[in-house]
Amino acid sequence: MIELKDVRKVFPARGRAGEVVAVDGVSLSVERGEFAGVVGPSGSGKSTLVRLVNLLERPTSGSVTVDGRVLTELPADEVRKARRSIGMVFQHFELLDSRTAAGNVEHPLELAGVGRAERRSRATELLDLVGLGDRADARPAQLSGGQKQRVAIARALAVRPNVLLCDEATSALDQASTAGVLALLRRVRDELGLTVLLITHEMAVVKAVCDSAVLLDRGRVVDSGRLADVLTRERSPLSDALLPAPVADAGAGHGGALLRVTVTDRTPETVVLQTLIGKLGLAVEIAGGSVETVAGGRYGRLLLRVTGGVEGLDDAVQRLRADGVLVERVTAGVDR
Amino acid sequence: MSDWNRIYPQLLDATGETLYMVGIAALLTVLLGIPLGVLLTVTAPAGLAPRPLLNRLLGLVVNLGRALPFIILLVLVAPVTRGIVGTTIGSTAAIVPLTIGAIPFLARLVETSLREVAGGKVEAALSMGARRRDVVRTVLLPEALPSLVAGVTVTVVALISYSAMAGAVGGGGLGDFAIRFGYQQFRTDITLATVVLLLVVVQALQWAGDRWARSLSHA
Repeated sequence: MIELKDVRKVFPARGRAGEVVAVDGVSLSVERGEFAGVVGPSGSGKSTLVRLVNLLERPTSGSVTVDGRVLTELPADEVRKARRSIGMVFQHFELLDSRTAAGNVEHPLELAGVGRAERRSRATELLDLVGLGDRADARPAQLSGGQKQRVAIARALAVRPNVLLCDEATSALDQASTAGVLALLRRVRDELGLTVLLITHEMAVVKAVCDSAVLLDRGRVVDSGRLADVLTRERSPLSDALLPAPVADAGAGHGGALLRVTVTDRTPETVVLQTLIGKLGLAVEIAGGSVETVAGGRYGRLLLRVTGGVEGLDDAVQRLRADGVLVERVTAGVDR
Repeated sequence: MSDWNRIYPQLLDATGETLYMVGIAALLTVLLGIPLGVLLTVTAPAGLAPRPLLNRLLGLVVNLGRALPFIILLVLVAPVTRGIVGTTIGSTAAIVPLTIGAIPFLARLVETSLREVAGGKVEAALSMGARRRDVVRTVLLPEALPSLVAGVTVTVVALISYSAMAGAVGGGGLGDFAIRFGYQQFRTDITLATVVLLLVVVQALQWAGDRWARSLSHA
């Protein structure tokens, strides 16, 4: 649905500042109906990247294809029309203060030349969809941050796009509003069959809503993949970012051997412990780690300290691997 | 003070002349100054339709218009006035230099107002497939409206002040009245009365302008 091929964006030198390579040869592809995330620290080029998708920024080189149309080859007028099928939501909402909530939702319809009556009914329908049916006449200044973003989402959906771009859509919101907006995004994706590309600097957002993610750093793709795959990779920048490696507690000096185990729905910690303790008779304690729900599944990384039966450890590791468990021995006290 | 009966109708005439000159000049200034302000904004290097050369040229013309003392402008544009009105004398003739003097003034105020509209709102409209003229029409002007009204108010007040010099070209008006009846005839009371009248007009205008701007503001 969205396909970037070797896209580069170089901002020319301005004044004393030299040229800036914001996006440096990025290729990525998002399937129809996929909820994809692009994560990275600030300055990694995420915001430029999302603007390349609807050509708010023209790439210096490379191609951008959305819904089968190569936008980078279209004339400006066609690009303008193509943008109507790509909704966009911004960090600071960017609603017009001079219009009511309904007026804001009608704005893109007006631009598309939709008649007044149809605009009205569509705005009502969309505000209902985002749970703000009773605030149609409110001005943005009278709405909370979360409500403003809901209106902005309704506005982005007004012309029935098949792609939705979200640029740090929850970064200006508190935790409760963030959860509400993310749930809404997920719901409209499911109900309307949208393809969503979401830019964020927060891993928690990716974990909450994304099917896949791209890790960006200094304008380059460092790692990418479907979360379900990434999380079962033993070591990758993205899996480490999603599930931080557990740190052994202060008892690290107490001896024993450390095992780092990745648990999943398929190989939950109960199975791992059952094997180690029940079947192999090792003495095991949990030295650190966490298990959480990501992309609808349970994933976690545990650090286990084996204090008894260390001589049988290599055998145990073999056994676990044979069962499909991701496990590795860690040098005591030092993880990473 | 027995001659107030004689003076009063003339004061009334002078007030009428001022309102006529300022009214028509204000209307023309709004019609021409706002588009010029829009042009200054969109052709700026970071604007919607960057045209650096045109922008610099327009900036130069606007600055020239603003740098010239109004009394000089009055004389300089006399040929233009003759071309448009047919004469350079009288209230109607004074409208031409008044308008030419106020347009750059308002244009700069409009430019400042439009620049203050957040770039993100423009970007949002572009992401919806807006054309540049749609952005001006549906985003920049409506969002800046309260600030534009304030700018127009300031411009009209400036026009009243400029119009005091219209007497120099036989335009009449309150300024001319104060000079001829007050200053030149050593009638401080007449000068004072005229000043009070001007003050009332300006106050009323400013009050109305502020109220209007506030009623439009939803931020």
